[in-house]
Amino acid sequence: MEPSTQKLIHTFGALADLGQEIAGRGDFTEMVRTSMHLLLGTLALRRGAVSECIEDGELRCVAVWGVGEKLFAEFSITEAEKQEFLTRDASDFLVSTAASSTGFVSRYRERLVGEGIELILPMIVRDEVTGLVLLGPKASGEEFSRDDFETIRAMVRHIGVGIHTHRLLEQVAQRAEENRRLYEELRTIYRATVRAFAAAIDIKDKYTQGHSERVGRYSEIIARELGWSEDEVEGIQIAGYLHDVGKLVVDRDIINAPYNINAKESSELNRHPMAGYEILAPINHPYADIPLMARYHHERLDGRGYPDGLVDEQIPLGAKIVSLADSFDAMTTDRPYRRRRSFEDVVRDLRQNSGKQFDAKVVAAFARAMLKEVNGGTKERRIMKLLGKDYLQGENVPMLLSDLISELSHEEAQSQV
Amino acid sequence: MDKPIAPLVRSHCVGTAAVVYASDYLNKLTGEKIERECRRQLDCGCRALVIDFSDTKLVNSIGISILLGIIDVAEKSGARIVFSEVNNQTIQLFEMLGLTRHVALAKDEHEALLTLSVFATAPVVH
Repeated sequence: MEPSTQKLIHTFGALADLGQEIAGRGDFTEMVRTSMHLLLGTLALRRGAVSECIEDGELRCVAVWGVGEKLFAEFSITEAEKQEFLTRDASDFLVSTAASSTGFVSRYRERLVGEGIELILPMIVRDEVTGLVLLGPKASGEEFSRDDFETIRAMVRHIGVGIHTHRLLEQVAQRAEENRRLYEELRTIYRATVRAFAAAIDIKDKYTQGHSERVGRYSEIIARELGWSEDEVEGIQIAGYLHDVGKLVVDRDIINAPYNINAKESSELNRHPMAGYEILAPINHPYADIPLMARYHHERLDGRGYPDGLVDEQIPLGAKIVSLADSFDAMTTDRPYRRRRSFEDVVRDLRQNSGKQFDAKVVAAFARAMLKEVNGGTKERRIMKLLGKDYLQGENVPMLLSDLISELSHEEAQSQV
Repeated sequence: MDKPIAPLVRSHCVGTAAVVYASDYLNKLTGEKIERECRRQLDCGCRALVIDFSDTKLVNSIGISILLGIIDVAEKSGARIVFSEVNNQTIQLFEMLGLTRHVALAKDEHEALLTLSVFATAPVVH
């Protein structure tokens, strides 16, 4: 093979490898080091170093081969010297022959010669010097030819773009991480605000303090059991916290009435889902359908709910979850006019009203979550804590839950036949 | 799962010389391993290096750069270096790039060791 052909093949191979290296997403320092080796190996240069410009004209070493790593700590580059690199030809920066007018080389000639550096080239990206590449002599002892300069210039340009791109990607990744953190902070603030709001709602009703918080938590547990995503689970929890926000516009005396309220008062109280929707709708929530879940949490599958009298499939699943959580908490907490109901009684109610008031799938999911806690299928005791000591400790509780689950599954299977 | 451990570079000592075997493709990965092994041998007191290319079909740019680094290190520590059993294509490449100005070429390991004339010297204890 003709030497010129072989040289051409060798150079092309190196250029192809360089392109691949620069386009890769590997470690930055390793990318520069490999690129430098490719450059040195193309012309068999005995040593080399790559640096990037940082603040105040300082140069930071990125890769060295056969050169002291601390070399760049002694160097700096002025704006005038950068301009010089931009306007002059590469051959002007041969260390041994550079004119005394070439600032950088003149300033550091002795040091560069001492390190065996023969040529300095700037890395230029968008008409800006982004770093310097220092190169040693050719192993052949020959001087740099015109072709060599062209090859070196092309490869240095590639390396410069590679470094610039990696740095940009680093910045993008850093900004994305900052944005993610900010977004997470905003979500935390949003959640804290919502919980404070939920507490404010419950304060209005002195008999149901903590109700909204508990509905949020029950809703979250049910949604998780149904296999919802983390984001959806968070959303339903928020919906649970806010489901009664409409009560803020209902007369406090009606909410706190220690007796069964009359029809007029009941109609006033029943305004709260719609009022809640109107309060929540203008807010740009980070989760979907929160206003609708407040609006529909008193809807029933049989169409006898309010405010819109929707039936089964017209009611969003989220509203069905909040509805069950809301009713469950109402049944399992003391009210001014009654004590809380026994668990057996609650299970009976859930069974009787599945398919009428509650969605059977949702009830079954809640029962499964409870059974896991009762049976020790999970270490969590969240429902048990919410219900208070001893409420789920009865001997018959696991059986009640198992029976409820199997009955609901049976009904579900029959309805599909 | 743990990363698989890369196989070590094959080498052995003959007197104060170390023979290091290059792999079939001398690139970044294999080149760095050879470089480490050569440095290790020099640190252990070897005064001569034979790099055997009998298995080597191809040497790329990074391989050239790494070989130049080994030559540099060997020269700095006063050690001699010989490349043995290099194929014709690679010889042409080494000649074109000027590597042959810094290393001797031998047709095989035996000739390389003769060139270095190290048989009579004391063995190196590693």
